[in-house]
Amino acid sequence: MQGLDFTVVAPYWDLLLIGAWWTAVLTVSAGALSFVGGILFAVIVLYAPVIVAYPVRALMWVFMGTPLLLQLFLIYFGLVQIGIDIPALAAGIVGLGLHFAVYNADIIRAGIVAVDVGQTEGARSIGFGKWQTLRHVVIPQAIRNTAPPIGGNLIALLKESSIVSVIGIAELVHSAQLAISETFRPFEFYITAAALYYILNLVLEAALRLFERHVEASR
Amino acid sequence: MSTQLPMVEVRGARKSFGAVEVLKGIDLSVDRGQIVAIIGPSGSGKSTLLRSINHLESLNSGEVWLDGVQVNQKLHGQAFERHINKVRQQMGMVFQHFNLFPHLTVLENISMGPIILKGMTRSDAHALAHSLLSKVGLADKIDAYPSRLSGGQKQRVAIARALAMQPKVMLFDEATSALDPELVDEVNAVMKQLAAEHMTMLIVTHEMRFAGEVADRVLFMDGGVVVEEGPPGDMFRAPQKERTRTFLKKYLSA
Repeated sequence: MQGLDFTVVAPYWDLLLIGAWWTAVLTVSAGALSFVGGILFAVIVLYAPVIVAYPVRALMWVFMGTPLLLQLFLIYFGLVQIGIDIPALAAGIVGLGLHFAVYNADIIRAGIVAVDVGQTEGARSIGFGKWQTLRHVVIPQAIRNTAPPIGGNLIALLKESSIVSVIGIAELVHSAQLAISETFRPFEFYITAAALYYILNLVLEAALRLFERHVEASR
Repeated sequence: MSTQLPMVEVRGARKSFGAVEVLKGIDLSVDRGQIVAIIGPSGSGKSTLLRSINHLESLNSGEVWLDGVQVNQKLHGQAFERHINKVRQQMGMVFQHFNLFPHLTVLENISMGPIILKGMTRSDAHALAHSLLSKVGLADKIDAYPSRLSGGQKQRVAIARALAMQPKVMLFDEATSALDPELVDEVNAVMKQLAAEHMTMLIVTHEMRFAGEVADRVLFMDGGVVVEEGPPGDMFRAPQKERTRTFLKKYLSA
């Protein structure tokens, strides 16, 4: 039996911080994609002609019905076979982004439907077109009203981003595993990695709270 | 003498919701600067008539004209969208439940239409919003969110928002029906001020006293038809039709 000795972490601290940095980059990029994609999917499902809406719904169903791990393998290893070679980081961002976009889309769709029809009538009566009404009146309100569950998805995305270590992206878990393979000290490095995830989550939650406080100002 | 085109004209308007026909052939003509009050029991079709004037409801048959331009033209898809958006910019609509945008400040609520739709500069639109807010007595609320306002204040902001597009006509759909009684007067005062400035107005209302004070003409609707119409003095003092008499008796005695 080995005792716990966290001094083994010190020489690998830079490696872990770089991993944490890439986890943050993944979360922000994939998070932005999942947010914009979620709005886009929601609008398409609600308003696009069936010829567009049905394929998008099918794609959403596939992304919701299959594991994220499989999706990453398909995007990174599978697409190469048909000539689409995506760098690992891009594959990770796209995979995570689309996966969570599908969940956000469901939430935002419900948020859009819940915006009072009077809001649309108010905007249309001024002379705003359908798209302008969605963009300036309905979607901003839908986003505000669904901020808590969307924020929850973003937090889940931060944690789930660890899975992209399997396609070789040097994020936090990947860095920890690298350090473990050299030191054979899994406990110290996984605990440290967990602490770093926790800190990243605290930062994210603070940002989400800032947004919610901004929303509260109009209530 | 040249004959002046009516500002608003409705010809043979018919509208059904499912099997229920709510407008059974309405004709209406409103001259420039004229104020018409539309009264009648719930379900008489008065709101539907007003809403079909700016095409929030589309008629099954009949025509709506605004200042010589047909509102419900037989256009399709994007062409109709462009047309109706242009037309609606010239008609202000005020709703029973205000329909202010809760995520925007009072200033943004008012200036957003002129900025986005008319390409007005931000500073011009803000100046316009400020002057309109002064006019409705709410200059101090310019940075407030709608949730911080009383019902009467919300409705005055909604009127300012509609006026910001410099409309040719104002449509009021039971503008004071959702307000506490003591807040009704402040909204009515703004409407009277507009009347004094010769704004063309169509006012759907349950307030007979206000209709009598402000309107040039009163229309009584019931069951999807105009039962009777005339100057408010005649309508309220000596209605010709039995249906009008029974309706007014309930309101005027209350």
